[in-house]
Amino acid sequence: MKNAVGREIPDFLLEGGKEVYQGKNYMDGKYVQKAAPRTRIYERPQESKIVETIADALRQCGARDGMTFSFHHHLRNGDFVVNMVMKAAIEELGLKDLTIAATSLGEAHDPIAEYIEEGKVVGIQTSGIRGRMGQVVSEGKLKTPAIIRSHGGRPRAIEAGEVHIDIAFVAAPTSDCVGNSRGIGGKSNCGSLGYAMTDAKYADHVVVITDCLVDFPNMPASVEAIDVDAVVVVDSIGNPKKIASAAARISQNPRDLMMAENVAKVIASTPYFKEGFSFQTGVGGPSLAANLFLEKYMDERGIKMGWAIGGICGPMVELLKKGKVGKVIDVQDFDLDAVNSINQTPGHYEMSASQYANPANKGAFVNKLDFVVLAALEIDTGFNVNVLTGSDGVLRGAPGGHPDTAAGSKVCIIVTPLIRGRMATVCEKVVTVTTPGDCVDVLVTDYGIAVNPLRPDLIKCLDDAGIPHVTIESLKEKAYSIVGRPDDVQFEDKVVAVLEARDGTILDVVRQIKPYTFED
Amino acid sequence: MQIEKNAMAGTLESSDALVTVEPGEGSVELEISSSVMNQYGRQIRATVLETLDRLGVTGGRVTVVDKGALDCTLKARVECAVMRSCGKSDAGIPWGGVIR
Repeated sequence: MKNAVGREIPDFLLEGGKEVYQGKNYMDGKYVQKAAPRTRIYERPQESKIVETIADALRQCGARDGMTFSFHHHLRNGDFVVNMVMKAAIEELGLKDLTIAATSLGEAHDPIAEYIEEGKVVGIQTSGIRGRMGQVVSEGKLKTPAIIRSHGGRPRAIEAGEVHIDIAFVAAPTSDCVGNSRGIGGKSNCGSLGYAMTDAKYADHVVVITDCLVDFPNMPASVEAIDVDAVVVVDSIGNPKKIASAAARISQNPRDLMMAENVAKVIASTPYFKEGFSFQTGVGGPSLAANLFLEKYMDERGIKMGWAIGGICGPMVELLKKGKVGKVIDVQDFDLDAVNSINQTPGHYEMSASQYANPANKGAFVNKLDFVVLAALEIDTGFNVNVLTGSDGVLRGAPGGHPDTAAGSKVCIIVTPLIRGRMATVCEKVVTVTTPGDCVDVLVTDYGIAVNPLRPDLIKCLDDAGIPHVTIESLKEKAYSIVGRPDDVQFEDKVVAVLEARDGTILDVVRQIKPYTFED
Repeated sequence: MQIEKNAMAGTLESSDALVTVEPGEGSVELEISSSVMNQYGRQIRATVLETLDRLGVTGGRVTVVDKGALDCTLKARVECAVMRSCGKSDAGIPWGGVIR
């Protein structure tokens, strides 16, 4: 069946009442029966929940074949925990038919690809999938299609019982002996633990894995002892160098700066740019640089930002410290400045992924967002964005909070160069739709600005401010005039990944890659 | 123009291509690998074959390792490799002739 973004969704995926994407706000006003975990009663007081090894914790939680294990990605590419747990489960306990439900996965998890090829891991549910794992899944080696969700779509699916987590693993930079966990105070600090919070509340069992045991009580705890079954102390949960980079620097690339300046101009031309406005930006070159130019416009108009959300990095913390933004609410930290600021700098708070972006709760932060500035691998003439599959059709990205912030915000701005090498970023049809075009409002490229025709109000804002803009079709033609018109990427029939819209409907599918041949 | 000895042009930098030519009898044997193969493989092959044809190369082995080069870059790298292979790159480039 064709969905609202024109993608053909195979019928077998719609068995059991799953629907295709119908457009934004489709679920508004409907009811959901929330799932509840089946948890063990610990009435007898415990002095400590520390167990010797991960294998012991797995046994204590009744780990068996076919279970779903959950993980969170605050340790980013420095994470050791996913690999340690899966190794213990598969190689020590001999488990099989396991599903990994992670908030995101990256190159750090390359060893899991082997477990997929051996058929020990049969399901993957994640936002990001990259590296060897992205490759083997794209080659059709995972037994069931991977399910890709946004950061808001995941807590929605967990709360609705669409994902049942048997054991959640919390990678904790610090924990006490009963499992009160925080993202700071240890040797592998990551700041916010926002993505782990929903998992800990909805999993049947929760295991905290830490490399820094601290005195009880470890407060204020991000994951609380009341939800934790066992604590394992290991030598190291991750490589600090890869967990948080040194301060994210603002790009010096003149092309990035030009685009960033245009983003700020667009923002300043709208009626939402007023005292107390709210903002989220990514950490990519031009997105991050938008902070700099925005500050200039804020000073000119004598206004302050009310609050900012998102993955947080240094430049936003800097604005907070200067008093130019009232509050920063944080689901993940990208650099050491942000890690060292959360719950330390007044006004810098932690939030859960559900609080950040879940479309099914009663008011996530993204719903109050005025502006979001995001990047894209590809954007097509329907303003649909792809941030998941490469131009060769291989899984190598993550929707993350992209679809959530785009849908919730009043103005969603995509900033991207028109071409990257020979790849046309603005194209006729994206390989995979990860953010539907009805949520995307403005595109800023180095060759011009385009406004979604669904937003005549914004077109008027730009016209009134004298900001030139063109059609997205003309940007696409400009791109093709430079790089040539690309052939469609060829796929096999087999579906290797299902891309869920944030509301749980099916937005697109990714099919198995086909080896390239010159024949038609 | 004929390929007289092994020659190379280009780099493996992003947006460039490394073109290697080797002498051979009969037809042109072309091998292409590219970071943008899925979307531009056919166009890369067409561009390289057209350029060789324009230069009058009828035989030899040509290897292209493409890193997302634009057509103009590909043409220049193929022309340069062929010129180098027949000793015409220092003097005797047919400007305004087959090179235009």
